[in-house]
Amino acid sequence: MSIDPNEEVRATFYQECEERLGDLEQGLLQMEKGAHDSETVNAVFRAVHSIKGGAGAFGMDPLVRFAHVFETTLDDMRSNRLPITQEVMRVMLRAADVLSDHVTCARDGVVPDESHSAALVAAMQALDRGGEHAAGDAHEAQAAGHGAAPSAGSAPGLAAVEPPAPTGPREWQISFRPAASMYAKANDAVLLLRELSRLGQLTVTLDTSGLPPLDEIDPESSYLSWSVRLQTEASEAEIREIFDFVEEECPLEILPPAGAKTADAPPPAPKPAAAVAAAPAAPPPPKPAEPEASAPPAAAAAPAAAARAPAAPAAAAPTIRVDLERVDRLINLVGELVIDQAVLAQRVVEAGLARSSDVAVGLEELEQLTREIQDSVMAIRAQPVRSVFQRMPRLVREVCSMTGKPAQLVTEGEGTEVDKTVIERLTDPITHMIRNAIDHGLEPVAKRLAAGKPAEGTIRLSARHRSGRIVIEVSDDGGGINRDVVRKKAIERGLIAAGATLSDEETDNLIFLPGFSTAETITDVSGRGVGMDVVRRSIQDLGGRISITSIPGKGSTFSMSLPLTLAVLDGMVVSVDTQTLVVPLTAIIETLQPRTGNLYDLGSGTVMAVRENYVPLIDVGAVLGYREEAAPPTNGVTLLVESEGRGRVALLVDAIQGQRQVVIKSLESNYGRVEGIAAATILGDGRVALILDVDAVIACRRRLAYRAADIPQLETAS
Amino acid sequence: MSKTILTVDDSRTMRDMLRMTLAGEGFTVLEAEDGVHGLEVMAEKGEETTINVIITDINMPRMDGFGFIEGVRKDERHRGTPILVLTTESDTAKKMRAKAAGATGWIVKPFTPAKLLEAVRRVAG
Repeated sequence: MSIDPNEEVRATFYQECEERLGDLEQGLLQMEKGAHDSETVNAVFRAVHSIKGGAGAFGMDPLVRFAHVFETTLDDMRSNRLPITQEVMRVMLRAADVLSDHVTCARDGVVPDESHSAALVAAMQALDRGGEHAAGDAHEAQAAGHGAAPSAGSAPGLAAVEPPAPTGPREWQISFRPAASMYAKANDAVLLLRELSRLGQLTVTLDTSGLPPLDEIDPESSYLSWSVRLQTEASEAEIREIFDFVEEECPLEILPPAGAKTADAPPPAPKPAAAVAAAPAAPPPPKPAEPEASAPPAAAAAPAAAARAPAAPAAAAPTIRVDLERVDRLINLVGELVIDQAVLAQRVVEAGLARSSDVAVGLEELEQLTREIQDSVMAIRAQPVRSVFQRMPRLVREVCSMTGKPAQLVTEGEGTEVDKTVIERLTDPITHMIRNAIDHGLEPVAKRLAAGKPAEGTIRLSARHRSGRIVIEVSDDGGGINRDVVRKKAIERGLIAAGATLSDEETDNLIFLPGFSTAETITDVSGRGVGMDVVRRSIQDLGGRISITSIPGKGSTFSMSLPLTLAVLDGMVVSVDTQTLVVPLTAIIETLQPRTGNLYDLGSGTVMAVRENYVPLIDVGAVLGYREEAAPPTNGVTLLVESEGRGRVALLVDAIQGQRQVVIKSLESNYGRVEGIAAATILGDGRVALILDVDAVIACRRRLAYRAADIPQLETAS
Repeated sequence: MSKTILTVDDSRTMRDMLRMTLAGEGFTVLEAEDGVHGLEVMAEKGEETTINVIITDINMPRMDGFGFIEGVRKDERHRGTPILVLTTESDTAKKMRAKAAGATGWIVKPFTPAKLLEAVRRVAG
């Protein structure tokens, strides 16, 4: 019995599931910390209930079955049948995880792992309820049976007796006498009659014998009753179903067609309340019992205004949902606006207008406004990092149980906002860092106790804004980085020379090198072939930086600093040959002037001496094919950049024009992919400038160099 | 003439689903997220619009369905407005409580569009 799968509602459902699962987790964690108030427990119950409700509508049976047991258990907690103990909470938290898995499975169309969920169902049912649970179940089963049989009520025996398949229409004799309470709940005899008429031929007789004289009529009371002859093929159950809503308030008598076998039930006596309301005497004035039921007829005559009113949700909700595409289009347009504004500003300068001229002043105001619009539009896409942070408690639980190290997660600044695209790509690095923090960061319990620390480790995950960027930190109170081990590993792997002198900071940063792993044995948890180098790469892809600080015996802190948006970028604008290029500022360490004295030709390429190190020099113009021959380096400027996994490289450009924020335009969607180029932007003079993909340029250069001379590369340790 | 239906449910999925079916049948749909909000919507829209049917969930934050139904019935203008509660099959006790609070009928979850429209027809003609 599921509604047609409507994709839109389905999407809403999954979105809502995400939110509800978050609420669920939050609530359970609060309960775990001792918040046993009905408010919290109710909110948790509602979260599961709501997921179950939606899932039921989509016919997601495994999910519904699991949610049902979960919900029943929570209901027991809510009504104090099940005491809230630590053990119960552990089971509940695991159940929340399984529920979340079920939702994921349903969304991805994957068959859920029933063994997992069966184990938890068993665990939930095994929770000590003092023997009441079995009774509750039985009651529920009974109730369900009850609901399935529409004729329930006064004659339960009837439900079981399904009348033999009728042969042609038969005549039923039906009489009913609504009590005043039926009208009080907005039910209406006319509607019951209308429903009956849908089943077949109807002959209605109104019994007005109960009506008092006009001046004695109580408009709130009920005086009328009806008897109906109904020619129908429908069964008694179908007829009774019409009275389903009113069975308590509308004594009903159904006489079967002559010859049909049935266990006739005498109509129950009218309720005392109705009897009180009904006037005793009964002379017959006019009929209007219906208007007395007041509202329904009036309601039927809905004013034209209703028709005109749009179906807009009346919700005075403080939020609206907008298609992401629309927002993106808006952002794009604002990007254009910023560019046009810059173009205009340049034209004004070129026209030789004075800075104090009205045009220039007006333009300045426009610039201010443009910037504000840009910020506001960017804010639309901004979302709190909560959605990512919320997934972490579960991860911590899982990793703790895998490693056998107890740990608690403390989160701060969940409300910190950052662009949606950034958020989406934050999950993996944070997941990995937290995994690492527990697996590698925290010491085994015995060691912690020996060091005078609590057995349970603390992992701190925080987010905050700092100078136009978001800073996310993952810290642990473990043993800190063991620099001796790191150094030994690095030497073993040939990452550093045996005798190299490294500062503590430099040693700590070795863990970001590709292929570095300090764990003695590859563990289940962290040994998945992803190292900190991958974390660093994904952070850098977002235009971010990652750093580490570690204090032996006290713990380590990984700190990521990310741009708030991927739509604009701080770049260094440079000239190469006749072209203008933009180099992302985050990649640049410093700019250097090459001099003849610090350049060394190695045949396959040139290296530049940067203090005590040698770095490969790459002529950007040659790599991108702007010029055939490498330009003489001394005529240009070099940008020292940090490349992914290949150490530092000096990029040679002709000149630096300046530094500015540029709006990123996708090159792929507007033109096509170009090797070595990440995207494009439009500068104030209206020209298109390409944004350099530093890593890709270095990779290009390596391929060119291989082709030119078959000698191993110098710039890497491989 | 289009009838107006107010749906009160804290689940967006459920509200969307109700709206999809009801609006598809030409009903004007108003929505509220919980009992308190439902009463607010009624107070706000009740003047210019006749709300012909109310469909409400039971389990909701701030004010549950029972409280909401009682609140609606207290209002002179809405004493006779049919109210359908959304309930699950096994909730006989809840059905009775909802009736006691003044509900007109119920819709058993999960429901098909046909079931939903039938329930609406049964209370509103």
